[in-house]
Amino acid sequence: MSVALEAEASGYNFAYLDEQTKRMIRRAILKAVAIPGYQVPFAGREMPLPYGWGTGGIQVTAAVIGADDTLKVIDQGADDTTNAVSIRRFFQRTAGVATTTATTDATVIQTRHRIPETPLTEDQILVYQVPIPEPLRWMEARESETRKMHALAEYGVMHVRLYEDIAHMGRIVKSYDYPVRVDGRYIMAPSPIPKFDNPKMDRMAALQLFGAGREKRIYAVPPYTRAESLDFEDHPFEIQSWDDGCALCGAIDSYLDEVVTDDKGGRMMVCSDTDHCDKRRAAGYSGPMAAPYAETPK
Amino acid sequence: MNLVSTAARDLDDDPPLLSVRNLAKHYGNALGCRAVSFDLWPGEVLGIVGESGSGKTTLLNCLSGQIDADGGEILYRHRDGEVADFRTLPEPQRRALLRGEWGLVHQNPRDGLRLRVSAGANIGERLMAEGARHYGEIRGAAMNWLSRVEIATDRTDDLPIRFSGGMQQRLQIARTLVTGPRLVFMDEPTGGLDVSVQARLLDLIRGLVDELGAACVIVTHDLAVARLLAHRLMVMKGGEVVEAGLTDQVLDDPHHPYTQLLVSSVLQV
Amino acid sequence: MTLMLSVQGVAKTFTLHTQGGVKIPVFRDLDLDVSAGECVVLHGPSGAGKSTLLRAMYANVLPDAGEIRVRHGGRMVDLASASSRTVLQVRRHTLGYVSQFLSVIPRVPTLNVVAEPLIRDGLDIDTAHERAAAMLSRLNVPERLWSLAPATFSGGEQQRVNIARGLIAEMPVLLLDEPTASLDAANRDVVVELVAEAKQRGAAIVGIFHDAATRDAVADRLYPLTPAKAA
Repeated sequence: MSVALEAEASGYNFAYLDEQTKRMIRRAILKAVAIPGYQVPFAGREMPLPYGWGTGGIQVTAAVIGADDTLKVIDQGADDTTNAVSIRRFFQRTAGVATTTATTDATVIQTRHRIPETPLTEDQILVYQVPIPEPLRWMEARESETRKMHALAEYGVMHVRLYEDIAHMGRIVKSYDYPVRVDGRYIMAPSPIPKFDNPKMDRMAALQLFGAGREKRIYAVPPYTRAESLDFEDHPFEIQSWDDGCALCGAIDSYLDEVVTDDKGGRMMVCSDTDHCDKRRAAGYSGPMAAPYAETPK
Repeated sequence: MNLVSTAARDLDDDPPLLSVRNLAKHYGNALGCRAVSFDLWPGEVLGIVGESGSGKTTLLNCLSGQIDADGGEILYRHRDGEVADFRTLPEPQRRALLRGEWGLVHQNPRDGLRLRVSAGANIGERLMAEGARHYGEIRGAAMNWLSRVEIATDRTDDLPIRFSGGMQQRLQIARTLVTGPRLVFMDEPTGGLDVSVQARLLDLIRGLVDELGAACVIVTHDLAVARLLAHRLMVMKGGEVVEAGLTDQVLDDPHHPYTQLLVSSVLQV
Repeated sequence: MTLMLSVQGVAKTFTLHTQGGVKIPVFRDLDLDVSAGECVVLHGPSGAGKSTLLRAMYANVLPDAGEIRVRHGGRMVDLASASSRTVLQVRRHTLGYVSQFLSVIPRVPTLNVVAEPLIRDGLDIDTAHERAAAMLSRLNVPERLWSLAPATFSGGEQQRVNIARGLIAEMPVLLLDEPTASLDAANRDVVVELVAEAKQRGAAIVGIFHDAATRDAVADRLYPLTPAKAA
């Protein structure tokens, strides 16, 4: 039986959502693309997984994915964590699309908390799962007021938080979900990606879409659009860096996760982007703790 | 000293900073205030006195954009000389005024402060809202203003929630004045403070307002506060202004029965 | 001599609304001209309205009828009809008033209290403080008190601070409401000297002095006020 027939037989439309819902979401996406960084409300549907597990991202992916797309799903940079595996399988079942772990092979990449290290291209769409879409929320609890602040570009409060960091810690310590100003206008929460990834958002060739399921908001950064991280003139934006490279592939320019290896305090720093690390090791790069590279059995 | 030339200027020809005409506010059928008109010039402190329910707070809230009046005009002269009715200004411009050129000091400092961010950030916020992006300069301005309101600069990074009521009020004043506002509204600025703290605060407010040359509207039920701070006074009762004039003239030679009652009710010490 | 202060047809009646609207007439049809360099002392028994008239000249009391004109910046300004702003300007630059009681903000040090009128007029702080110090010395206010707020001083000390503050700015028109009431003989003499100096520089002065010796020493003429003149 073909995939389409299988979907029909099971009573589900292609990619789970019905076509009218997808149209509604696409209209929201179009508006989001037209007003970069602006949060567009949409009539989010109940999805067969809990809020916080990527319901916003899944709806956006479902609305943009086609039968000949290739999907990659990552969670904290890894293709093999529960959330990533579940969402990948969801679309395998409901859309029958091809999936991959290779960044370069994917046309749609749904992500939680990372941007792949491999630069993305014009032919790709990056879909972010967003828990809290409103960057002003911590300063202003009222939605009516935050909307007004966005409308009037009253963004002074955003710097209050950065000021507090420097005052108390001597530097800006906010390290993830670091706010950006999109196309010189709207201030946007980039979802909890590490600020290490912020520069990748800036003028990225790929279309970036953001879906917040609980708060029912969609926003976007169109290709080649400015996304500037907020800072002070005398405390410019900086990204994280590490003294040593990845223990497995030796990369010194990728975002590293700390992995505890035993209960005696042993630990190693490895690439959070598993595909990137894999590719480097396949190409012969190696770090101090690497075992001889062998093709991962599929 | 060139007294003569300053004195010879015909003051009444100077355009006022603020001209209020026939301002009215109703709450359903209940009267908040009505037929309120006055002019305010730079450097002038206007006191509004009256008891609870007299409409003085309603008036202040209308003037400072907290609530919308339902009649009358609030004519404000911008730096460029242009006069506009605050009530019909587009909201972005109204909010911009309230962020910078105007300042509002709430009776309860907790309404005018962010209690969960440091004293320095509370002062710096209004600068950042106006586009300041140099941390060192923002912090410098914050510390400068803390000392001007007599708060030790080693408290810069403390949360206002740890401050006494008097300190919170002084912090709120610093936060309001840091942008060098041309027009400041104060709602019972010494209300709820110990008497010993009040005197200090009054002295401070008087000095700062004088220094900045700001025009100021102060609502108070305390005639002693009014005498100390206000050049001119408006006495309100039942939503209307019953008497207005020079502060000492209104207090020492009150004409309206209500003003006489008010003045004679003050306990002498 | 230049006319500095001119009172024309002034009347005042206090209406006490809190006491059933009882009317207390104080005076009516008063006329008084004061020229530069002249000291006029209001003279009459207590209740004759001396203090009320003096306060009306300061626009502290608003007359029911008549004009109170003061030469301010080259022209005569009627305080009874002038705007509050104009009155404040006249007080700031032209019209000085020394009352019996000192009313100042609790915390301000004596030296600043006295120097304030000069600083307000744009004099630099150091010069203003120097002149304030000289004035306080002259009035025998001990130097150890200068840095303290006058609220806790004795009546006589407060009075002298008050005089220093009132006379330091050398206003063209001076109103003195019993400035020597609680002073000893030595300090009364200083005040007499200061008044003489003010006259010398051309100030027009109207005062109330109960002490006959002081009155005789400063007055060029007396302006009699009697309760009979009130009607």
